[in-house]
Amino acid sequence: MMDGRATLRVPAPSRAPAARPRHASTDLAALGEPYLWTLGGCLALGIAMVAGLLLLVFWNGALTFWPQPIAVLELAGGERLAGVETRGGTYRPRPDVVAALPPTAQAVVAQNRGLVERTLYRTGNFDLYGDDFRWVSSFQIAGIQYPTDMLFVERLEWGVFIGRLRSFQVGAGEPVQAAVSDAAFQAAHAVARARAQSIRAIERHEIGRINNTLERERLGARRVAFDHGEGSGEHQAALARLASLTSRLEQDYAGLAREVERLKAMDAQDRARFADVGGREKEMPLSQIVRLYAANDLNAVQQVAIYLARWWEFVSDEPREANTEGGVWPAIFGTLAMTLLMVVVVAPFGVVTALYLREYAKQGRLVSIVRISVNNLAGVPSIVYGVFGLGFFAYFLGGSIDQLFFPERLPSPTFGTGGLLWSSLTLALLTVPVVIVATEEAIAAVPRSMREGSLACGASKWQTIRHIVLPRAMPGIMTGIILAMARGASEVAPLMLVGVVKLAPELPIDGTFPYLHPERSFMHLGFHIYDVGFQSRNSEAGKPMVFVTTLLLITLITAMTATAIVVRARLSRKFAGSQF
Amino acid sequence: MTVVTSHRSPEVAGTAYHPAAGGHGIAVEIDKFNLWYGKSQALFDVSLAIEKRMVTALIGPSGCGKSTLLRALNRMNDLIDGVRITGKIAIGPQDILDRGTDVIQLRKRMGMVFQKPNPFPMSIFDNVVYPLRVDGVRDRRLLVETCEQALKSAALWEEAKDRLYESALSLSGGQQQRLCIARAIAGNPEILLMDEPCSALDPMATSRIEELIDGLKADYTIVIVTHNMQQAARVSNNTAFMYLGRLIEYGDTDGIFTNPTEAQTLAYVTGRFG
Ligand SMILES: Nc1ncnc2c1ncn2[C@@H]1O[C@H](COP(=O)(O)OP(=O)(O)OP(=O)(O)O)[C@@H](O)[C@H]1O
Ligand SMILES: [Mg+2]
Repeated sequence: MMDGRATLRVPAPSRAPAARPRHASTDLAALGEPYLWTLGGCLALGIAMVAGLLLLVFWNGALTFWPQPIAVLELAGGERLAGVETRGGTYRPRPDVVAALPPTAQAVVAQNRGLVERTLYRTGNFDLYGDDFRWVSSFQIAGIQYPTDMLFVERLEWGVFIGRLRSFQVGAGEPVQAAVSDAAFQAAHAVARARAQSIRAIERHEIGRINNTLERERLGARRVAFDHGEGSGEHQAALARLASLTSRLEQDYAGLAREVERLKAMDAQDRARFADVGGREKEMPLSQIVRLYAANDLNAVQQVAIYLARWWEFVSDEPREANTEGGVWPAIFGTLAMTLLMVVVVAPFGVVTALYLREYAKQGRLVSIVRISVNNLAGVPSIVYGVFGLGFFAYFLGGSIDQLFFPERLPSPTFGTGGLLWSSLTLALLTVPVVIVATEEAIAAVPRSMREGSLACGASKWQTIRHIVLPRAMPGIMTGIILAMARGASEVAPLMLVGVVKLAPELPIDGTFPYLHPERSFMHLGFHIYDVGFQSRNSEAGKPMVFVTTLLLITLITAMTATAIVVRARLSRKFAGSQF
Repeated sequence: MTVVTSHRSPEVAGTAYHPAAGGHGIAVEIDKFNLWYGKSQALFDVSLAIEKRMVTALIGPSGCGKSTLLRALNRMNDLIDGVRITGKIAIGPQDILDRGTDVIQLRKRMGMVFQKPNPFPMSIFDNVVYPLRVDGVRDRRLLVETCEQALKSAALWEEAKDRLYESALSLSGGQQQRLCIARAIAGNPEILLMDEPCSALDPMATSRIEELIDGLKADYTIVIVTHNMQQAARVSNNTAFMYLGRLIEYGDTDGIFTNPTEAQTLAYVTGRFG
């Protein structure tokens, strides 16, 4: 024990340790070189793998829309075949096939040790051939030409047609011989396309609006029946109103239907006649043709124009042909809307939770348990979140909302099924641990001296958090949000349970009241990849789409992340400077 | 633990030593203050009276509890888990250790300068007027005036007046420390607490801050912790020497440095230890 009057102890100088012989040079392990090399090697491997994957996706995705030449093959049997070279490979033909070959070809096969090269051609003309693709072995090919009049015709149905234009006719006129480049043909095509679009506009929007109004009024009448009783005065009045409205709308509808009828009749008259490479003819309405070009007769400008037009169609149009053709606009929109909604939910929720855990909760066992649980949540398989989201959000919450607010629509669910809102909430739940952990770390990293400085100025705890802690932690918090966003945007499995569908013609935002429809199911690029690549009738036709869609998804996520990073940089600059 | 009242003063053990009359009265009266960090006691029965508008220096070897005592005055120790206290610290009639004390109001009456400059990551202007802002002042003219005055008192105005809206982090270490002093006095506190304000500074900046303290003592009660004997001798009116959590000796600075009553004080101030 210390006696207050004891003299101060002055530490005695310690003696130096005995001298020890020195190594001539520092040994390798001490320098850590081998570890450094291992680390560097692992890093390089990882980077190479990621870069390879990106390159593959980028290369395949970027090339898909480039117009390729059409080869016309002279086959050994005298048959002709026209198609676009897709990819090559080697295979080992059956012995009897080889035996039936002419001796020169047999010699080549023998030289290649029984292997034969073959090429996959995209022949199109599914309606004529029953297939889109055909493998051609090298020994079958007698000659290849690239005739300039071969056309690549993209159609609304049946996929691609490859062949020559014979003639076209407009209205009741006679068929006229023509080439694609003729102004008359191009004008007729443009007119037919415009007409088809106006037919679609009438069907989609005007008739759609009538149907919507009718549906709303019908539900309104049912609602009155719910509120005031079946057969009550109000209900009778509502029914009468509904009846008069129905008859008026039906007249409108009949008028529109007549207009559509008229346009369709005109449409059916404008036709073009094509022939495949073997001379088989195929007639089709001009309006069915999305785009046609002479693939072997394009200059660079035309190629670029077609390339860009296809990209534009891809990002702005709706899908057709079981998603293997057309665009992915609804999927882009769905992915964006869902991710943004998720961020809007997850950011405040995660930050507030982390603030509470770190700043306000008493640091004890309970908080530790909560923290461990949150960390573990990040490891739960995402499909489990999907099941939870379906059960809790869609069935329980959505079901209750339907009971309360939309009883007139039951038994068909409004919120009581998967949809954009529930998907966003499910993903928010999935990604909230990331935000919480990042925010907690960012808050903990704010130096104690800063908090004390603020408190010593007479700031309250909340003022200190608001003006000192949060701004300092903001870049870290943003990093967490960015990670959460990237994770959420690329997640597919849980979405399949809570609202993503193969085809959703109606976007969650549109011109019909109330304009925002968070209960609607939606399309998602990630699910689109799965659907096109693995669920479609024609996987070979879908393959390029898989690459393009992947490319698009990666681009989209990168763009969103980059935006967030820019915002983060601006925030941290702003908070480094003046604030309040 | 043998509790020994180790400060030897003309009065009975337990009563605070009151320095020579003729001052401006007592600003803070600390009475038998004990503090524990968890189980280990850091301050033992400290009693001392701090005079109004005087500079009181706390000296003593590292770890003797100077910072702890200083931080007790604006209750910064509340932020540390497991701190337990007994005793009394009175400012006028009010015991600030009372549960009912409004700590935020208390801290507004005190300015604190820390050992290491800790400017906030905002502009110089926002740093200086921070105490006013958190107090709810929104009047721009008042803020600008206060900022100028505080910076002038902290001898930083000439260097900072053209860059008020630049980040405070762009200032040099010495300038940052003067900025923190400006911030501490901007809220117009009664008492200024300084914990080794010059330990991170070069001799030039140190002497500027010492001049500053000299100028400030006309208006403020200043408590300064320092390791620098010359500094304590130069700037302070009264000096308290602490050792191992106890107040050993307290008196006017001249007396402590030229003619201490305690052997330990003598050993410390003559540099045989510390
Ligand atoms: N947060 C804390 N938790 C536990 N013990 C602490 C804490 N802060 C200080 N102490 C202990 O209290 C004692 C007094 O510390 P204090 O910081 O007051 O010393 P000091 O006199 O300011 O020293 P220095 O001159 O080195 O700054 C020391 O023994 C220290 O270890
Ligand atoms: Mg200290």
